[in-house]
Amino acid sequence: MKAINEVKITLPSYSANEGFARVAAAGFFAQMDPTVEEIADIKTAVSEAVTNCIVHGYQDRIGMIHIHAQMFEGGLIKIKIKDKGCGIPDIKLAMEPMYTTCQTGERAGLGFAVMESFMDKVRVYSAVGRGTTVVLTKRILSRAENG
Amino acid sequence: MSVNIQASEEAVTAYISGEIDHHTAKGMREEIDNCLERMQPGILVLDFRDVSFMDSSGIGLVIGRYKLMQELGGEVRVAHPSAHIYKVMKLAKLDQLAVIEQ
Repeated sequence: MKAINEVKITLPSYSANEGFARVAAAGFFAQMDPTVEEIADIKTAVSEAVTNCIVHGYQDRIGMIHIHAQMFEGGLIKIKIKDKGCGIPDIKLAMEPMYTTCQTGERAGLGFAVMESFMDKVRVYSAVGRGTTVVLTKRILSRAENG
Repeated sequence: MSVNIQASEEAVTAYISGEIDHHTAKGMREEIDNCLERMQPGILVLDFRDVSFMDSSGIGLVIGRYKLMQELGGEVRVAHPSAHIYKVMKLAKLDQLAVIEQ
């Protein structure tokens, strides 16, 4: 399936870039005339995925985060968020709600749960020592269809 | 990002404004905790009326304050979340830890 439009963004894993990443994604998909709620869903899911790259993928170092956002016929959107960080040893465990490796008690362990709830589909590919790719997909209903 | 804190004898109200994510949550947490440790209130109200965006870092912020207030023998209330923020809170079942006043 060929994308009708796409954008690639590469940014370093500074936490200050979390806000930019979600706003950039929201700005790109704005041309599909999504509802306010759909935009909020996309921003939240992208924020979670990018935060995972920063907090878990790269931990105490700065690496590059690659975001590839695509739109397809029928209102389908796909966002790939990739890091070349430490990788996830057990993806199923990492996706469990409330599971977190964070020791401070300030991370809820809900990143993947939020992504799964706000997007239609979340796929995770990871190899320890090589990095992680998260693929988020969602169908944006046009406002006409929403009524 | 900012937190405006108002304290009375029984309650501390933290008016949070801006976007809550992993980047901004740290500063908010420090400001609120400084005040809680100083005031030791019976009630902490986290007011979200001026919060325009929140991801699961906001959940961590509420749960962390809930734990601290438990240690202090107090309670947490969440006030005025937007529809989207309420959706994130419901997903995390925050309504089981704190009273959420919409």
